[in-house]
Amino acid sequence: MLNLVFLIPLLPLTGFLILGSLNNRLPKTIVSFVGCGTVLGSFVIVLTLLSGTLSGTITSATISYFDWIYAGDLNLKMSFLIDPLSVLMMTIITGVGFLIHVYSAGYMHEDSGFVRYFAFLNLFVFSMLLLVMGSNYVVMFAGWEGVGLCSYLLIGFWFKKDAYNDAAQKAFVMNRIGDLGFLLGMILIFTTFGSLDYDDVFKNATSVLTENSGVAIAITLLLFIGATGKSAQIPLYTWLPDAMAGPTPVSALIHAATMVTAGIYMVVRSNILYSLAPFTLDVILAIGLATALFAASMGLFQNDIKKVLAYSTVSQLGYMFFALGLGAFSAGMFHVTTHAFFKALLFLGAGSVIHALHHEQDIRNMGGLSKKLPITFLTFLTATLAIAGIPPFAGFFSKDEILAAAYERSPVLWALGLAGALMTTFYMFRLLFVTFFGTFRGTDEQKHHLHESPLVMTIPLMVLALLSIIGGFIGVPEVLGGSNFLKNFLSSVIIPYGEKHEHLSHSTEWILMTTSTLAVIATIIMAYVIFVVKKSVPAEDNKISGLQKLIYNKYYVDEIYDTLFSKPVTFLSKIFHSVVESKIVDATVNAVGKAVSASSKILRLSQSGNISYYLYVMVIGIILILFINNIL
Amino acid sequence: MNPTTLLIILPLVAGAALLFIKTPLAKTIALGVALLQLAITAYAYYFAELTPQAQFVTNIPWVESLGISYYVGMDGISLLLVMLTNFLLPLIILSSFRKTFEKPNVFYGLMLIMQSALVGVFVARDAFLFYIFWELALIPVYFICLLWGGENRNKITFKFFIYTLVGSLIMLIGIIYLFLKTDGSSFAYEAFVNLSLSSTEQTFLFWAFFLAFAIKMPVFPFHTWQPDTYTNAPAQGTMLLSGIMLKMGIYGVIRWMIPVLPDAMYYWGTVAIFLSITGIVYASVIAIMQKDFKRLIAYSSIAHVGLISAGIFTGTIEGLQGAIIQMLSHGLCAVGLFFIVDILYDRMNTHEIEKLGGIRNVAPQFALYFAIVMLGSVSLPLTSGFVGEYMLFVGVFKFNPWSAAVAGLTIILGAVYMLNAYKKIMLGETKPETSRFNDLYLTEKIVLIAVSFFILYMGIYPKTFLELSEPAAQSLIEVAMQNLSVR
Repeated sequence: MLNLVFLIPLLPLTGFLILGSLNNRLPKTIVSFVGCGTVLGSFVIVLTLLSGTLSGTITSATISYFDWIYAGDLNLKMSFLIDPLSVLMMTIITGVGFLIHVYSAGYMHEDSGFVRYFAFLNLFVFSMLLLVMGSNYVVMFAGWEGVGLCSYLLIGFWFKKDAYNDAAQKAFVMNRIGDLGFLLGMILIFTTFGSLDYDDVFKNATSVLTENSGVAIAITLLLFIGATGKSAQIPLYTWLPDAMAGPTPVSALIHAATMVTAGIYMVVRSNILYSLAPFTLDVILAIGLATALFAASMGLFQNDIKKVLAYSTVSQLGYMFFALGLGAFSAGMFHVTTHAFFKALLFLGAGSVIHALHHEQDIRNMGGLSKKLPITFLTFLTATLAIAGIPPFAGFFSKDEILAAAYERSPVLWALGLAGALMTTFYMFRLLFVTFFGTFRGTDEQKHHLHESPLVMTIPLMVLALLSIIGGFIGVPEVLGGSNFLKNFLSSVIIPYGEKHEHLSHSTEWILMTTSTLAVIATIIMAYVIFVVKKSVPAEDNKISGLQKLIYNKYYVDEIYDTLFSKPVTFLSKIFHSVVESKIVDATVNAVGKAVSASSKILRLSQSGNISYYLYVMVIGIILILFINNIL
Repeated sequence: MNPTTLLIILPLVAGAALLFIKTPLAKTIALGVALLQLAITAYAYYFAELTPQAQFVTNIPWVESLGISYYVGMDGISLLLVMLTNFLLPLIILSSFRKTFEKPNVFYGLMLIMQSALVGVFVARDAFLFYIFWELALIPVYFICLLWGGENRNKITFKFFIYTLVGSLIMLIGIIYLFLKTDGSSFAYEAFVNLSLSSTEQTFLFWAFFLAFAIKMPVFPFHTWQPDTYTNAPAQGTMLLSGIMLKMGIYGVIRWMIPVLPDAMYYWGTVAIFLSITGIVYASVIAIMQKDFKRLIAYSSIAHVGLISAGIFTGTIEGLQGAIIQMLSHGLCAVGLFFIVDILYDRMNTHEIEKLGGIRNVAPQFALYFAIVMLGSVSLPLTSGFVGEYMLFVGVFKFNPWSAAVAGLTIILGAVYMLNAYKKIMLGETKPETSRFNDLYLTEKIVLIAVSFFILYMGIYPKTFLELSEPAAQSLIEVAMQNLSVR
């Protein structure tokens, strides 16, 4: 079973190479077949690994292929690690990835860049698999930057539009800022441990690092800087909302279900290191929580269907980091999993709406779509219930586990976490009601063409809806009669964090669960009253003011960054070029040259000739040697 | 015959002959010679063993009274640079195939002579011979820039010539001093390595050599000749200068400074690293606002070379191996990028970024190879740029973590200026001027495919190259450690 592992990333890579080299010479059916088929092939092999890890025949296997980068003690191999954590991620990537590929075959059918699209999507799956399969940090980093490249290529997929290209470039550059942190963290691991293989590092972590030592904090913080870029956390989150410029299935796959969770995967993978740096965990907790709340607040007033989902993603990722900061690593992974289902579904549902309305994305021009798009509506509703955390939908269990972990630490954290969940519920139901309820507010022509999407798009929606309903059962807590299967599955990879393990009493858990569920239901009712009963529609852009305007304009963070970073660098560049370079450095060189030539007639001679001067100098050199040689 | 000598003589003789034979077949002949040269290099590579010793050695006395020998040979490091030179030369010649030059026989003759001199620099194991090749390499490229260059070529080329010449004359003084220390017996590499020099002597020699090498690379603040020269030179001249010739400076540091002047490397290396890293950030920042694409790449070259230089002066094996692999990668990327500039100039008669745009719509293949070379240049993993840069960062980090953090800014700034340029040149709506941009012709395609292939190959399986230089690099560090009196 392990001898086929190399095929898992290689199949999508082959798909990329085939599609990339035969650009536009293939019929679309074959293109979809190659694009989807390669990912399906990987998925099937991943399933065999999954059954192996579930039955216990595979616990942890490292497979090395060849030497990659080496010098002295540095010895990096191209090698993969197959263990429950990587298999879980591989299942999500290839499984959800396959569904989104299939959906794309319908969604992108009319696009002239159809082949290029599937080539890039295959390349993305390859890179993402490399990221989670690598058995050392540098292979992870290769995948890490690889997905960044694919993200860049797909955000700017419609490369004729300047705004899209700007968004793509912004994503790449902001990720690179994080990547510098990752790179330095990696090198610090190497200089500390003499290795970058997970096995060596984690085995020796407790003996090499003392808790909360400077090195432990530095390593974990630097790696976390990388995570803030890739997973769109404060302060590097601003690229993700702009990334919605890409085709909607791309947003579903890359900017919701898989790539952006890479940062969480990385922290969970390194959980042993993070456990040794409680200070860093506190930082992660603070940043995760702040991002969760901040992004959720921005989601409240957005009117672009994809922007709402984008801020929701940033916020949910913050939620996951919140969990990691609490030391609840498996809860974080649990939320990664359920989020992959329902957020992919939300984006694909949004795509179905956009498809039906011919690229309309403003929810103020929608309304009453539930009758015309029944499958899209029902699946979107399922996902909305899941993200809001209504039992027994998937999001309920994963969110509940995070909130329970928060309460264990402090009731205040629990309350803040709940506040984030309620904001999420509100903006999601606002989105649902404004889009699907009431009357249609678009043009007559749009109304005339309204249609449900074809089966190739709705089947993935239904599968994901099913997963959003049942996905949570992999982590049912004890209090509800479950055994938290996922936590046990990951127990060989995740060491329990924290010395005191006073679990919450069952009665407390019941109270928390009931309270949060009731609060969520109350929020839904509130949204229902505002947007369905009172039929209010979000105001025009120029009719908003005060706090709402501030939030609608995303707190002007982009503008602040522009003033703080872009403009100074531009200014510095101009100064360096026009002042330092020509007026100082080069002027000094010229002055030295002039001084020499003024004092030396030999050098002045050189201005008349070229080769003769050169030979002249050579001769002088030789004479000099003879001269010195004879004297000594 | 010894392949080393053959590699020097063949292009020298062929090039010299071409200078005097007026023939319309000049470029074909030059390409043939360069390909033959490549075949000989392949032969040497095939028979080379993975040992630290120099192979294919010839050592015969030349001017016996002065202790000068014709002493050549290739260890792994030399071999890699010879491979780089002889791989790039046919591509550089091919890249000129769609152009017509005045006096083509002179142009191509000079190129072959240049090739001979470059090979000579990389294989010379006698310091005087090294110096002769070092200076010999300057002459052809000087004439290439002077005769076929752009507008202000006289002034710019003259400055370049004088600047580098001053540097090498100071180096000559250093070489002669070392020669005298051997009691006037030898210029041989081994003789120099076995010298015991006081730290004052080493300091003086360090700066004598450093100046020559720093000007050649160039390292900040000795770089001001470079952007003008690169921008004004004909494309093939720029490719020679950046793709291969600047490696002479880096190679000089590796070959002569590390083993001969270890104490000074230890003491003064810090200053060199400081200058190099300053140059990385400085040049990257300047590159951001450049309006001329060719000049932008010239500045980016200063940044890349700065990291290579910093890595070497750390004296770590990671830094050294990284520098060697990065020299190869930089050679590929520089030739690729300057060729891309040339293709743009060929079609549009400009390299001003603002005047271009939307080319991807009309030239998808050009866009593809441009993208690959660009990604190599911004050192994306699985391209050649990453392997070297990663090792260099490890080396610099071992020297001082904060230096690595500052040097690391290049991965952010590099992405900014390269992606920005790509965006403005290639993406967006096609302009009327760019609408008739022809996609790649066959010869252009061959060059860019060859470059792209090795950018990816080196990124995925660098072992082919790493294993070649490793024994030599390792032994170089060991020799330096033995000669180090400070410890």
